[in-house]
Amino acid sequence: MWVSRRAAAGLLLLALLFSLVLLGPLVSPSGWDETDFAAFHEGPSARHWLGTTQSGRDVFALTLRGARTSLLVGLFVAVASTGLAAVIGAAAGYAGGRVDRVLMWGADLLLVLPSFLVAAVLAPRLPGGLPVLMAVLAALMWMVTARAVRAMTVSLRRREHVLAARFLGVGAPRVVARHVLPHLASLLAVDASLNVGVAIVAEGGLSYLGFGVRPPDVSLGTLIAEGQGTAAAHPWPFAFAAGLLVLAVLAVNLLGDGLRDAFDPARGGR
Amino acid sequence: MAAFVLRRLANHLVLAVLGVSLAYLLAAAALDPRAAYEDRTPRPPEAVVDARLTALNLNDRTPLADRYRIWAGDVLRGDFGRTWDGEPVNAELGRRLGVSLRLVLPGAVLGCAGGLLLGAWAAVRRGRTADRLVTFGACLLPAVPVFVLAVLLQMLASRANDALGVRVFVWVGESTPGAPGGVAGLADRARHLLLPTVTIALAQLGVYCRYQRGLMLDVLHADFVRTARARGLRRRSALLRHGLRTALVPMTTYLSYASGLLVLGAVFTEEIFGRHGMGEWLAGSVARGDVNAVAAIGCVAVCGVLLAGLVADVLHGALDPRVRGAA
Repeated sequence: MWVSRRAAAGLLLLALLFSLVLLGPLVSPSGWDETDFAAFHEGPSARHWLGTTQSGRDVFALTLRGARTSLLVGLFVAVASTGLAAVIGAAAGYAGGRVDRVLMWGADLLLVLPSFLVAAVLAPRLPGGLPVLMAVLAALMWMVTARAVRAMTVSLRRREHVLAARFLGVGAPRVVARHVLPHLASLLAVDASLNVGVAIVAEGGLSYLGFGVRPPDVSLGTLIAEGQGTAAAHPWPFAFAAGLLVLAVLAVNLLGDGLRDAFDPARGGR
Repeated sequence: MAAFVLRRLANHLVLAVLGVSLAYLLAAAALDPRAAYEDRTPRPPEAVVDARLTALNLNDRTPLADRYRIWAGDVLRGDFGRTWDGEPVNAELGRRLGVSLRLVLPGAVLGCAGGLLLGAWAAVRRGRTADRLVTFGACLLPAVPVFVLAVLLQMLASRANDALGVRVFVWVGESTPGAPGGVAGLADRARHLLLPTVTIALAQLGVYCRYQRGLMLDVLHADFVRTARARGLRRRSALLRHGLRTALVPMTTYLSYASGLLVLGAVFTEEIFGRHGMGEWLAGSVARGDVNAVAAIGCVAVCGVLLAGLVADVLHGALDPRVRGAA
């Protein structure tokens, strides 16, 4: 399959980021959870490649740790929310009637509720840390895609191959999984990759305001919040964390856009 | 047109009531205003805390249904209750809403209009250097979260101030304390508004620009534009009157989604630029466990999103005659 240049660029950038995040800690002279009491707020040196923070922690190792959390959250939330959208949208579109009305009505309600408010109120109070934060984010991101999936399922339901399967006595879950969802694969792949970026920014924003990841865990959001106060005099902590965040979101956005171009030849090459 | 708007309005009203109720129930069930009282030194006696919380309708020992009933009754009479420290929410809400609107509106209008025009312009010049630059910028900008963008702009501005030796850029608060009134006061406010407005506008610009460019490309070679040219219209007016108008129709549905994004961006902009608006209030209220304030902000946000949806519907109807009869 021909993959657009944009998708390739995004994929390459993503691969670079992942190798930096996974291999960086192995070669870094300092660990992310170490505190160097001899070096507060120092510039880059051989021992601390990107300097140290106000409290003497190694910026390079700490930021890579934060980026690991952010990428993890992005991937899990994107897969979970797109999966949720696929299941709910397909169920609503295929079943029709009351199930359809109830599910789409729930989606409308969640769309109206300000998701930032819900996440900020819920996430810090639920026990369970990172997995629960990811679940809350995923539960607030599926609605728009579910509507698109539903609309496509409704039109697919009347196609001959689906009708044939139904008349042969194949059960509804199997028909949806084997004959409906494969047609939605491109939509879901594009949506999942774009959702990674949304999730990373959402988690970063929540953590920035103190409603997301809590100490001792770090994420890019908490690091940006810590670094911005002294960014004028000591730009390293802020610049590295912000740079990694922007690159990660840029990479998945490029990938998503490129995939959309590749799947949709009418819009390709733009 | 009127019947179309009315039907939408009824649908939206039901959603609004449910959304607002859900926001209150969520805040009341999850937030813990008692903790804020018990953290005080010296620690007040339990009976005092209880009495105070009950008076403010914040007591977590009252059943949730009872609290909701009291709150909903008050809201129906137009009273959002009192904040955690006993001040009326309504007065604070009015003040903060004003601050937020003054902050967000110029940036939103600028970002939306600029993004649409830039996107359409890039589509017309497709493939040239200008188009490439715009496309690259529109790809990069949405990847920069507001809380990074705002801090970056502040860093640049303080560098510029240092380089120039005068404080050209100021950004903390709405105006300099003790600033004179009249024209000089307005100029001072505008100077304070510059950086936050640029932040909000840039955050909106990229997304609008990208969508509009794609939509405009779809209509550039459409038959109706060619017909308009064939009828003797110049390229410019054919594109503006027939192309752009059609390409704007799908954007209207996007408007309500973008308004949610805008509100979210405002939270960070207010935090970073020291504006005491709704977003800053929300972050503070959630941290303090101020249920009534959070519920009031939720109410405003729900109404805002639905209002934006309604505006989008009306715009859609105004641009596209076909939806007025249908829907």
